[in-house]
Order: sequence, then C-alpha cells, then structure tokens
Amino acid sequence: MKPPKFDYHAPTTVDEAITLLSRYGDDAKLLAGGQSLMPLLNFRLARPAALIDLNRVEGLAGIREVDGQVRFGAMTRQRAIEFSPVVARRLPLLVEATKLVGHLPIRSRGTIGGSIAHADPAAEYPAVLAALDGEVVVRGPRGERVVKPADFFQTYLTTTLGRDEVLTEVRLPAMDGKAGWAFEEFSRRHGDFALVGIAAIVAGDGARCTMARLATAGAGPVPVRLRAAERILESQGLGDAAIEAAAARAAEIVEPDSDLHASAAYRKNLTRVLTERAVRRAVTRLGGR
Amino acid sequence: MTSEGWIGKPVTRVEDARLLTGRGTYIDDLPMPHAHHAAIVRSPYAHARILGYDVRAALAMPGVVGVVTGADVAAKTKPFAVGVTSPVHYYCTATDKARFVGEPVAVVVARDRYTAEDAAELVQVDYEPLPAVVDPERALDADAPVLHEKVGTNLANHRRLVYGDPDRAFAEAEVVIRERFRFPKIGSTPIETYGIVARWDPIDEVLTIWANFMGPFIMHPLTARVLGLPENRMRLIVPQDIGGSFGIKTSMFPYIALIGLTAMTTGVTVKWIEDRREHLLASSSGTDRVAYRELAAKKDGTILGMRFRWYDNVGGYIRSPEPGCSYRPLGNYVGPYRFQHLEVEASTVMTNKSLTGPNRGYACGHLYFESERMVDLLAEKLGMDPVAVRKKNLIATDAFPYRTPTGGLYDSGDYAGAFDRALEMARYDELRREQAKARAAGRYVGIGIALAVDPSVSNMGYVATALDPQFRAKPEYLAKSGAMEAATVKVDPLGRVTAILGTTPQGQGHQTIVSQIVAHELGLTPRDVTVVDEMDTFTRIWSISSGTYSSRFGSVGTSATALAARKLRTKLVEYGAHLMSLPVDEVEWREGAVRAKSGKGASYTIKDLAGRGHWNTESLPEGIEAGLQATAVFHFDVAKAVDEHDRVNSSNTYGFIAEVMAVEVDPRTGAVKILRYVTVHDAGTIINPLIVEGQIYGGALHGLGGALYEDMQYDADGQCLTATFMDYLVPTACEAPTIDIAHVSSPSPLTTLGSKGLGESGTMTVPAVVANAVSDALAPIGVRINELPINPSALWARIHQAGGPDMAPRTPHSLGASRETRDAPRSAG
Repeated sequence: MKPPKFDYHAPTTVDEAITLLSRYGDDAKLLAGGQSLMPLLNFRLARPAALIDLNRVEGLAGIREVDGQVRFGAMTRQRAIEFSPVVARRLPLLVEATKLVGHLPIRSRGTIGGSIAHADPAAEYPAVLAALDGEVVVRGPRGERVVKPADFFQTYLTTTLGRDEVLTEVRLPAMDGKAGWAFEEFSRRHGDFALVGIAAIVAGDGARCTMARLATAGAGPVPVRLRAAERILESQGLGDAAIEAAAARAAEIVEPDSDLHASAAYRKNLTRVLTERAVRRAVTRLGGR
Repeated sequence: MTSEGWIGKPVTRVEDARLLTGRGTYIDDLPMPHAHHAAIVRSPYAHARILGYDVRAALAMPGVVGVVTGADVAAKTKPFAVGVTSPVHYYCTATDKARFVGEPVAVVVARDRYTAEDAAELVQVDYEPLPAVVDPERALDADAPVLHEKVGTNLANHRRLVYGDPDRAFAEAEVVIRERFRFPKIGSTPIETYGIVARWDPIDEVLTIWANFMGPFIMHPLTARVLGLPENRMRLIVPQDIGGSFGIKTSMFPYIALIGLTAMTTGVTVKWIEDRREHLLASSSGTDRVAYRELAAKKDGTILGMRFRWYDNVGGYIRSPEPGCSYRPLGNYVGPYRFQHLEVEASTVMTNKSLTGPNRGYACGHLYFESERMVDLLAEKLGMDPVAVRKKNLIATDAFPYRTPTGGLYDSGDYAGAFDRALEMARYDELRREQAKARAAGRYVGIGIALAVDPSVSNMGYVATALDPQFRAKPEYLAKSGAMEAATVKVDPLGRVTAILGTTPQGQGHQTIVSQIVAHELGLTPRDVTVVDEMDTFTRIWSISSGTYSSRFGSVGTSATALAARKLRTKLVEYGAHLMSLPVDEVEWREGAVRAKSGKGASYTIKDLAGRGHWNTESLPEGIEAGLQATAVFHFDVAKAVDEHDRVNSSNTYGFIAEVMAVEVDPRTGAVKILRYVTVHDAGTIINPLIVEGQIYGGALHGLGGALYEDMQYDADGQCLTATFMDYLVPTACEAPTIDIAHVSSPSPLTTLGSKGLGESGTMTVPAVVANAVSDALAPIGVRINELPINPSALWARIHQAGGPDMAPRTPHSLGASRETRDAPRSAG
C-alpha cells in the first residue's frame, strides 16, 4: 500500500494551482484534507502524475457571513465548522451533519470543499448543500463561476468541475431562525458513511408548513432533493398523516443501489423511515432554538 | 509463607507506560541495518493455473535485488506438512495453481517498499483462469471445480465421531429439534499486521528470523523442514511487543518460510511488513461453517443427545493446525450439559477463499452459537423458560472433576452458581416482566442467554483426532499430546530478581503478571522484578506447544513461573539454613528473608544471600548447585493422546461463562440495540482483575463483531469483497455496550495457583447470546436467527417478509430505568 511515483506541488495561490492543473491536463489531483485521496493513492486506485497540495494556499480557509449567506473557504476543516459560532447560529443543520462526518481525526483534516468536490454519494455535506440549495464557487483559467448543486453533482464521485478548475468556496444561505431542522442517518457503525441520510428543514406555524427542504445522502448516485415530498408537507402541513405521506413519497422518488451492506429495497425503506424521523424531529425545533 | 499476597491485586500494567508513549519495541521498530524490503505479488484470480512468469522488467528496475517466484519455491522448498492424510501440497506460495485471491505467487525484493511495490506491478504471471467455488456445500457437489487434482475432491478431511449411543437417544426422544446454521468467516484484525525480517548468514549457515509470531512453536520445526534447514540453524526471535494477534499470528508461518527463502536466495536481509489490504485478503480467519444440528430430548427438557454435522470451509488449502476448526473443542463439545450421546460428522472443505486457522475462541464461537440456539429452540418447543431448560441439564456442582463423554476433563466449576449470579445481576425475572410490558406496547424486546465451558491450554494431542483410529493404531504412527511452559527466575550478584520466559505476549501483560507472581512467592514487590519474555528459539527453553495461544498463559505460564520461584525459594532457604548452621526444617522463608522458625538469630534477605552466594561460592553448602537461579518446566499430566474411541481431553483447564443480554430490535430499520449485557466468568484464581477485565471487554467486542458486523465476503467468482475497513466492519468503542462483569471462582486443582485462562471469553458466547436475544425479540413474528452476522438490511427484509409489525412509529425508551444504554448501530446525532 504505497502509492506509485507522483510529482508534488505546493502552490501558495489559487492561480498557481490552476496553472499547474492546466499543465498536467487530466493527470493531476488536488490534495485538500486527503481523507479520501490518500487511501485511493495507497491502494493505487488513483495514479495521478502529480499532486497539487492546496494546504499552503493563502486565504482558502475561513468562514464569513456575507449578505445572508455563510461562505466557507474550500479548505475550511470540518472540525472548524463543527465549532464555529457563526455556523451554530446560522446553519445548525450543518453542525448536526458535521458531527456525523467520520471520526474526530477525519474531521480534523477533512475539508468542506474536499468533501463536496469528491462527491461521495453517501457523504453528508453534499446532502446539506442540496437541502439548503447553496452554491459552490469554481475558479479556472477562464475565471470564476457559481454553480448550483443540481448543476454540480453528476454521478458517483463525478462533478462538473473542470479538470483545470479549483472549487474555492461553498456558499450556504443562512437558515430562517424560526425553521426546524434535523439530519437523520443510518449507518452500521458510528462514523461510517451513511447507508441513507436525510437532511430536513421545515418552517411553519402550527400545522401549517410554509417551507420544507429535504435531501438525501446514500440513496442514489447523487444527493437528491425530495421536491415531491416537500410539496406534500407544504400543501398538507406537518401533521402525522402529512409527514407519513411525504415519507412514503420520498421512498418512491429515490433510486438507490444495492451493495454489500444494504439492498436497494432496504435503502428505499430507510429513506422513508428517516424522512419521517427527520421531519418529526425538525418539527420539534420549530419556532427558534 | 506467602501471605504478603500479590495474587489477585489490581496491579497496573508495567507494559502500559511504554506502549502508550510510543516506546514499545514492535517488529517494525527493530533496527535492521541494510535491510531490503519485500513486496508480494498476489493472485488476482480465485482459481487459475499458472503457466509461467516473466520477471525481466521487474529485475531491470533500479533498486531491485531479486525476485522469487512460485517456480523457485517449488524447486527449493518442500510443501508444509498438513494435519490430514489427503495429499494436499501446500507451499509458501502458489506453484502449479493459485487457489484464492491474494495467494502469494512471487516476491520482489528492493531497496525500499515503494520500489518493491512498483516492481511487483511489473512481474508478469501467465494465468489460465479456472472456475471457482466458494460455498462449502457447493464445493462437495460432483460437478464442482476441484482445487487439488491430486486429492480429487474438495473434501480435505472427514470424520464421524460417535460417543455413547446417539441412535438410541434419538429413537427414545420425545422431542427432536433440527436446524441449519451458518457462521461467518471472521478474523481478528490486530492493530499490528504480520511482520518478518530474515537474515541468512552463509558462513554459519544460520537463518535468523525476527517475526511477531505467537506460536505454537510446532511451526518452527515444520518451517525449518520446508526450508531444508536443521532446526538449530533456524533462529526465530520474537520482539518484546506484539500489537495484538488473537490467534491470527499463528498462521504467519508460511510467510516465515517465504521471506526466509527470499533472504537465502537474494543474500540480503529482507524485511516484510504486511499491509492492511494483504492482511484482510490473505492472512487468516476462522472458518465459515454450515452446520446441521439435531437435538433429542424428553418432554421435561432433559437433553438426551445431539448430532452435529459440520461443513467447515478452510479455503484454498488446509493449513496446519486445521482441521482444528472441528476438533479443538472436542473435549467440551457437550458444553456445560450432562447429555452422554453425541454424533459428530465433521467435513473440512477446501474452496477458493483465503485460508483459515486459529482465531480467538477457535471454533467455540461456532460451537456455542449452534448449541445455545438449539437449547433455546428446545425451550420454545416445550414452552419452557430457557433458564429452566438449561438448569435441567447443567453438570452438577458436586460432579467435578467431570469427565465428558468426549474425553474432556472439566477440572473444576460451579456452573449453577455462576448462572444464578448472572441471572441475579440481570434481574432476570424483572427483565421478563418488562419485556412483557414492552411487547404489549408493540416493541420488540428480547432476552438472550448463553452458557459456555471456556477451555484453556490446548492439549496438542487433539489435532490427531483428524486421523482415523485405524491410522493412529499403526505402529509407525507417533502419538501426540502435551502442553508445557518453562520459566527461569534468577538473582543477580546484587540481589535483583529477573524472570525469563519464552512466551510471546501480544498485549496480555505477561510482564505484569509474572512480576506479581514472583513478588508474591519471594516476598518482594512487583517493581523489584524484571521480566524478560522475548522468545528466541536459540536461548529459551521451549517445546512444540510453546507460545501464547489458546488462553494458555493464565494456566501454564503462571504455573511455571510460580514453580520456578518456589524452587529458587527452596534453594535460598537451604542456603540460609547452612549460613545459620541450622537444619533446614528449623528455618523458613518469611517476609522476604530466611529466618529461624524460633524467631531468634540472624536472618538473610535475598540481597544478603546474593552478596554471599555470587561473590563467595565457598559459602554454599556442600552438594548445592552454584548460581542463584531456578528453572521450572510445568506440564499437565491430564494432556493425553486421543484414545481409540476418539476421546481426548482437548484442553487442560476449563472455565465457565454465563451471559444474559437484553436487546431491542427496531422493526423499521432492523437495528439491534443492546439494552443490557451481563457476563459472569469462572476462571479459577484471578491473578490480576484489571487484566482479566480487559480480556473480557476485548472478547465481548470481538464476539460482537461476529454477531453483528464482521463477515469476509466473496462473490461467486471468488473475489474478496471486504479487503478494506470500509467494507470489513470491525466494532469500535462507539459500538461497545455497557458490560456488567462478575466473577465466581472455582480454583483449578491442576495449576500451581488455581488459575485458568480466559483470554478468549466473549468470542465464544456473544454470537450465541446476541442470536438468542434477537430471536427472542422477534419471536412474536417468528423470525429466528440462524445465520450471523445480523445485517440490519437482511434482518429488516425478514421482518418485512414475516408480515412484520405495523409500520406505525413508536417512541423508543430504554428498558430498565437505572441503566444508560447506547444506541448501538445508529450514530449519535
């Protein structure tokens, strides 16, 4: 389990990183927290000619609140997000999701940009990005573009990020202070990738639902916004019958796969059960925290 | 004489300071000047004929010093002896064919591991892929692919063992239960993988091997023979610290031969540290087993007899000490029960999976999973409480020492007492009432029980059960038996005490335990005693049974240590008496010194005696051997060879485990949550309760792996699907339930201190207790656990198929208000 030979570069600016990416064409990998890439290298499943290490790029980490958005530099560690007062105040769903990311040592190295760019379908951050309908900022030789999640995730471990582009920032809209939220996931062990995870945000008063956002992890090749289920809540409210109907609809929407750990039918079932549980828990948090 | 007791004291481990601060000496820490590094080329095919090798590109790579292929192995080594009569040719690499994914086919040696791995990719092996078979029952079909043409079948070994009159027991039975079980292929995944360094000295013709090998050292002569070396030309040294093993490092001996051959061939010192992928693909595991069980009983719950029919899957070759998977628990096949009639039909089957060998609890996890499920099925059939059925059949407390129908000699025990203790701790009756309430509320709460006789110190003689009695009756057959250990205690010229053993601790704390025993026997403190236990076949006293396996140190190592310390004490007393000019019977050893029984006159401490005995040998009494040291070799008289009726006392001491577990199953996700877990152990005299507790925690977690998580899976083509920790799921601290531990003590009459081993503990019982608890939880819908591990996805499917519960949400709340429980498989929010 030693990687094959590769060139190593540690640029200090994003532009320098982009230049290097352009130089290697398809044959370079960006190194962020390394929590997925390093095992892939050691297993020789990834054999890039070069590693471009983003850890010394200035200004690529940090959390800022701008115009109703929380903006995360791509190299912001998950551990920093877990303990950020801004995130706690504006994005409590993200805090809850972060605690489900791997284990402490993984979160200490792992970054928000790395997680989203890696696009593991069972990861928590892509689901949060989808649920909050945030955006990612991507910079390349032709400049910067802002991409919505639906236009970013393509399939397993595959995004629309160009070979010469760097994901520089993740922008999430601050949550409505009166909204309720929950991230429910089922994994066989603590810290494992979710067999299925559900991010839920609801707003409303009494039984009326003014806004519902539901997104999946692990229930298909990309995170899925469960729009039809959201509409059931928004039209029928937050009573038991509506929640159960929305959960049943959620299970119909997703198209999960079978693997060693879970069948597709089981993942559909989990989508239903966890949607129900996530919405119920979100409802208990309605009206401020 | 030794009332200043250190036995039973919770002395903190002397090993911990160095291990926890990164100062341990593991195999990879040994300084090895000029060592080159090996990378092993492994078969990507489960079954393939090897047509040839092209190593030119690998050899041409700068930094590469040599390549050894299966062709070299076939030419320069012999196959390993196997424990069966089938002509299985097992070499340290594939030679004619590869028979499992990950089987070594060649080794590249280079200046560093990176270069070696790069060059390993350039070794071209010409394979002709063949159809594979992975299921042990399918492998016995007439049209199944045959792995070993010379054997002609995939059946490596088959024995039918009959004890008592099982046919009559079944004919007379009022109730007969039949069931099929599957036990998964699980390993141990020690933190430290295999590691070997080999150096060939062509002048002295000595091959020195450093390896984190755990024994038994029967593998030393087997390996030397493979390499064509006299035993006293192969020096095997085990470093001070081994990072866990749990049975798995027994099976590294083929790599010792391979890396040894590589050093002899290339002429350089060769180092190989197994990586995790190699470990999961190709180190060792327990067998996966299909078992057909039958139980004959009377209507009152009395068990009359049992039938076991086993298909144990040993993978591509039967590797020694297999088929121990079938015979290691022979003496305790009947567990803690009195029944006298038993038939065992054991088939050892070869398939295109990785190879097997001892794994913590060696075959006892399988045995008790099946047996304890059968007892619960009997209770269910008769409408009896599972406690009542068990009590009806337990071996009585006044029956010890108890000879089992299969030849086991249970040295001591109080099974009913330990069982009652577990039931009290679990508040069993109250638990049943709470369960009834939970069921009425639509919740799936279950209570499981498991009892196990916990064997320690294997008698090497059991292995011969694989051979039939006619074969064993031949005059040229040499019987096998035994379990021994040696210890030396010596006093240096300034009166300091050192104890030397040839054991191979893998985290068991031998230094702590030995220092306690020596301090106890000599009236010192453990701090005063230095313990050296780095095994070296050139300098230590050892035999084929040496090593640290089958929970043997707690029985046999401790006994040897105590005997050596006592022998030294006797010598010191004799010397002291001489110095005091008193007859020996008028002096005694008291408070660390030789003193006159009368209390008058001088006394001589160890320091006093060392100061004279070493510096002035003239002061020694006539006839005494100079040197203040004693060596004792302890062995068990009860370790006899298997008899003509296939009876054998397969272990030497036998402890007992009684467990109660309560679980709740979430019918909507199939998640199993452990609400309460009580485990009561009888390991005789306990020398250090802290170490014992650590073993119990570890054993329980390991058992939980087999029950809920671990499963080495293969697809139909024999590709291993679980070669990383993403897919091979080992329980972690987060999955650990709260464990309530208690002890009862029935000291062994056979060991010097009355102690017994208990290092395997919960691996034997937890698969059974979890399966029983989950089956009990799901009894209302008739879902029973016959296969492990319990995967939530599969369990949910069965609950769903069984008509399942209504899908209404419920508010989960914990059973038993006093207890905090952990949401086992679900992540905390």
